[in-house]
Amino acid sequence: MNIAPTNPIRLFIPQDVAALAVGAERVLKAITSHAAAAGTAISITRTGSRGLFWLETLVEVETPVGRIAYGPVNPHDVPGLFNAGFLLGGAHPLRLGRMEDHPWLKGQTRLTFARCGIVDPLSLADYEATGGYKGLHHALSIGPVAIVDSVTKSGLRGRGGAGFPTGVKWKTVADTKAAQKYIVCNADEGDSGTFADRMIMEGDPFCLIEGMSIAGIAVGATKGYIYSRSEYPHANRTMRAAIAEAYRTGRLGADILGSGVTFDLELRVGAGAYVCGEETALLESLEGKRGQVRAKPPLPAHKGLFGQPTVINNLVSLATVPVILAEGAAYYADFGMGRSRGTMPIQIAGNVRHGGLYETAFGVTLGEIVEGIGDGTATGRPVKAVQCGGPLGAYFPPMLFDTPYDYEAFAQRDGLIGHGGVVVFDDSVDMAVQARFAMEFCAIESCGKCTPCRIGSTRGAEVVEKIMEGRDVDANLVLLEDLCATMKFGSLCALGGFTPYPVLSAVRHYPEDFRRRHAAAAE
Amino acid sequence: MPSASHRPVWDESRADAIIADHAQMLGALLPILHALQEEFGHVPEPAVPLLAAALNLSRAEIHGVITFYHDFRHDPAGRHVVKLCRAEACQSMKGEHTASHLLRRLGIDWGGTTPDGAVTVEPVYCLGLCATAPAALVDGEPHGRLTPEGLAGIVEEARRA
Repeated sequence: MNIAPTNPIRLFIPQDVAALAVGAERVLKAITSHAAAAGTAISITRTGSRGLFWLETLVEVETPVGRIAYGPVNPHDVPGLFNAGFLLGGAHPLRLGRMEDHPWLKGQTRLTFARCGIVDPLSLADYEATGGYKGLHHALSIGPVAIVDSVTKSGLRGRGGAGFPTGVKWKTVADTKAAQKYIVCNADEGDSGTFADRMIMEGDPFCLIEGMSIAGIAVGATKGYIYSRSEYPHANRTMRAAIAEAYRTGRLGADILGSGVTFDLELRVGAGAYVCGEETALLESLEGKRGQVRAKPPLPAHKGLFGQPTVINNLVSLATVPVILAEGAAYYADFGMGRSRGTMPIQIAGNVRHGGLYETAFGVTLGEIVEGIGDGTATGRPVKAVQCGGPLGAYFPPMLFDTPYDYEAFAQRDGLIGHGGVVVFDDSVDMAVQARFAMEFCAIESCGKCTPCRIGSTRGAEVVEKIMEGRDVDANLVLLEDLCATMKFGSLCALGGFTPYPVLSAVRHYPEDFRRRHAAAAE
Repeated sequence: MPSASHRPVWDESRADAIIADHAQMLGALLPILHALQEEFGHVPEPAVPLLAAALNLSRAEIHGVITFYHDFRHDPAGRHVVKLCRAEACQSMKGEHTASHLLRRLGIDWGGTTPDGAVTVEPVYCLGLCATAPAALVDGEPHGRLTPEGLAGIVEEARRA
């Protein structure tokens, strides 16, 4: 190839931890050494992930006709890619063409995740070239009351799982008088099957900083905390670097963007306690205490962090605020169905062929998600169960695949969409084992405050164990139902209160898995 | 991640300095505990009274916080730490089978360290690698789509390095 060294070819290779987990660094090394051996000048931009994880490592090359993607690339594919002239977009079995034309992305509505996987996450130039800080500039021009009004009218609801209207929460804090108020971002994304928060922190961290800054202006809070997880070391590194860059360029601190408004932001990291994803436990943990759940009221909006009025929102909610302010409430509210407005980043995971992040308007059915978008199981076996909404979410059988992805529709079927996780299981799964795990997990993670959760979870695991052994199955199933009712109504937070969802859904939809030994014994 | 063999033994002045570095933060305890564990590989018992004095809390309160969180170790870990995910998405891809294979091979249980002090295996509940399951962090580096043989190889490689 005859390319001047002053004009390097630009490549894009994800640094998202899921890409690293399947060998992105080794692919990068192979490409770098091949290019060096060939005397070809290349420059590599590290991006987040576009969220098509079965195609990682996804390598894109900038060409006159756009960014041409190849994937999934493994180190041993690299010599062949060079032979095929991939640096000029050459034909190769792994060539995917322009990702914008890829059906999996074309079917999506990327509002919150518009930049993820495309930009250099730490480049403010990239961020602003793709609409970044448009929302904050608009927010500064319209002022606090109009910001809250806009978020309310957008119909945005808490993306952490509870689905509480974000605008209402903000108005409560805005209306509460105090010398110090806080914005807290709940990035304690502990639900199995979820990675949306992580992807934003790794792929578009300025979007979260902008969203939190707008929240600060809206309610009069001058300090924000992001509470992330120790299980996310890579995301934390990128997020910290982005915060430092925002400070360096006057986008955080006193007088952000010359507006006279102060907003300080700090990242804090949890220590492996799932329950700290519950908002009041999170606040306790931020204060340096055991992550024990607080009784409500008082609401965090009135008495939150350090006893001060606090907006505590899920990361995805906050990262969605910039686009709402930039494009208008009506633009966002136009997507969705019923009372579920806008888009939801659905995270398709587990035993699935096409796993990843699929942001789409509410209303798509569960079956479309699992069989259509996800393309069935990775193992090729039939789908048996789909757990929606993390470890506290119900298991759905294929019989319920007509359920539309919508807060209310899921609730009607004793389920929840939670933070948007969808974990697929094939027919090799034993649902009694899953029910027992739900109880065991609750026992491991219970903060200990409420007796039904603290003790009930251990007793629950024991009862499921007895059922699995075929001991007094009928009586123990009644006992399990009763115990679940006690946990559901006797626990302060969703850990004890929602653990019954996976347990009872498993019992209800897969009774044969709880009667296997029983049936065997009767023969 | 520094390996435990190179981690300093208990050093009160070092601990004092770490505590002093963070003591002015609001809600300083968790950041300090993370920093102590980063330095010493665990949260050493003699740090408890220092923390209590610096933060004006009782030793019982400090102990209560340390023991509440799964991350904080009472004893040093092995030279290499494998954090293996046991949550549902990894279960759906036979993560438990992969995990038990490794534990059997190393002759330890969850949370255990091999007798030679080389490897500690700790359970985690979700690394956000749920679409490339089963997943683990080995000395902080992510690995996905693990098979029993693949994971054993990664751990052996880390051990040799």
